[in-house]
Amino acid sequence: MIETCDQIFVLLQHWLVSFLPAAWQQAAGVLLSVATIVCVFPALFAVAVWLERKGLGRIQNRIGPNRVGPFGLLQPIADGIKSLTKEDIVPLSADAAVHFLAPVLLVVTVFMGFAVLPMGRNMVLVDMDAGLLFYFAMGTSSELAVFMAGWSSRNKYSLLGAMRAVAQMISYEVPLLLSSVVVVMITGSLSLTKIVEAQNHYTWGLPHWYIFTPWGFAGFLLYAISTTAETNRSPFDLPEGESELVAGYHTEYSGFKFALFFLGEYVAMFSISGLGTTLFLGGWSAPFSFLTWIPSWIWFFSKLMLSIFVFIWMRGTLPRLRQDQLMNFAWKFVLPMCLVNLMVTGLWRFMGEGWLRWVVCSAILIAAYAGLGLGEMCKQRLGPRSYRYAE
Amino acid sequence: MLGEGILKGMAETAKNFFGSYFSAERLTTVEYPEQRVAPFEAARVFPFLVFDQENRDGGGPEWEAGMRCVACQICEKECPPKCIYIEKSKDKKLDYLGKAQYYPARFDIDISVCMSCQICVEVCPFEAIKMDTEYELSTDDRFGSLLLDREQLAKSNEYYHQIHPTEASAVDTRLAAEKVKADARAKAAAQAATAKAVAIAGEGA
Repeated sequence: MIETCDQIFVLLQHWLVSFLPAAWQQAAGVLLSVATIVCVFPALFAVAVWLERKGLGRIQNRIGPNRVGPFGLLQPIADGIKSLTKEDIVPLSADAAVHFLAPVLLVVTVFMGFAVLPMGRNMVLVDMDAGLLFYFAMGTSSELAVFMAGWSSRNKYSLLGAMRAVAQMISYEVPLLLSSVVVVMITGSLSLTKIVEAQNHYTWGLPHWYIFTPWGFAGFLLYAISTTAETNRSPFDLPEGESELVAGYHTEYSGFKFALFFLGEYVAMFSISGLGTTLFLGGWSAPFSFLTWIPSWIWFFSKLMLSIFVFIWMRGTLPRLRQDQLMNFAWKFVLPMCLVNLMVTGLWRFMGEGWLRWVVCSAILIAAYAGLGLGEMCKQRLGPRSYRYAE
Repeated sequence: MLGEGILKGMAETAKNFFGSYFSAERLTTVEYPEQRVAPFEAARVFPFLVFDQENRDGGGPEWEAGMRCVACQICEKECPPKCIYIEKSKDKKLDYLGKAQYYPARFDIDISVCMSCQICVEVCPFEAIKMDTEYELSTDDRFGSLLLDREQLAKSNEYYHQIHPTEASAVDTRLAAEKVKADARAKAAAQAATAKAVAIAGEGA
């Protein structure tokens, strides 16, 4: 029974596919999985938008949406209908082809990432040996879509937003990759299913998730910072910066194309949270050995929603960074910390079992954090403000 | 330490998030169409014209007969966005002091232009124009329905007492004092006239 619950989607797929002739079965199975992914995550997007609006409301001591349906639950549907019925305006001077392709490319690349994410035991679309590499290749292509949108709109706000987005995404791409490399160093595999398997065993009922090691904890925090910047979420939402850039790179998009950007942004957030879950939080494994009877996909999606909640919580708390603060933080703090973490992970791997490696690795990381944090980031250079004018 | 402020901020927002479910007084907003906040006494939206029920002269409905406005057109001239339009009457009516005054044959305020500055109220020597607190004025006709005429603008002194009680009482006291003074002056004038008449009569005799 427990086994059936855990594998219910896999069994369902096999059962549905078994009606087809043998030659078609494999292709049909893949198509079915793709269709499921393409339906489930937009549905989750609707829930997340509702959660975000409610959560932000509560954080600001408001009630949040409460007009459409009970507790405003139908609000995402109303929003969807509204965006579908709006006029789709393409600026006269815009590069129509690129303007049209940008949202499509964004959504496609974002959904491609899910192909390699294991969402439960045996629930992975393509079990690729270099899954992590594939994921990052797809994740990086979404930057192209953002720049296409900003460039083709031929609008100064769009272009500024796109420039900011590209500068920010490329700067944080480096720490994002370096912070996940530590997992590959320990597991010895780029396959995401192998990474989850490596974390899915227990000592005294507690799991061997990578977040419960010094390098894993540091890696997870660095990963979380980089993903926040990578998905353009507050406090790194400079590319959209609605108080200064209208809406950033999607200023000139309306109607359903705008909805696609909105969807792409949230789905990217799900997918990158899913990857973080897989890398550091044990993927679909249960947090205690006595809870392993709960289906694996429930664990995966609960961890995913928990990450989304933290994203919302941070958005409700932090103000936007300035461009120079953003860049300084990436290059002077996050990147050196990632490099230190790489070294610490190597040390952990070769120091052997025992308490000594815990002490040494934690000490190095804390020292690096204190040194970099106090030395570079907390230094305030305050002085008389000087103005320069064009002559 | 780096990151300390972030944790402090996150704790604060978490307190707000959970607190708003447990204590209703944390919620600073009300659910508007069902719940409303009572307007503050000093609130002001757009001007209205005050009429008195007890002082009336001439025919017409109550609001027209008791209107305090004497069509002096000071407010029209002072209005910064020029949203007031007044046409003076040809005939005169008695005001509350018993003095013959003109009255507005037309008095229009375009509230789509009005900027709620209250200058018309401050310059009016007759306490005839005051600020209303009514704010639900949306309409589907942006030209006709936002141009308020005399009848729409006229509100009774009782209504003025309801929305601005302190201010309205002060105005009433001042007007009553003026009326007493005017009555006294009229009496004195009447006495002087009789005295003069008596004197003339005496001389004649």
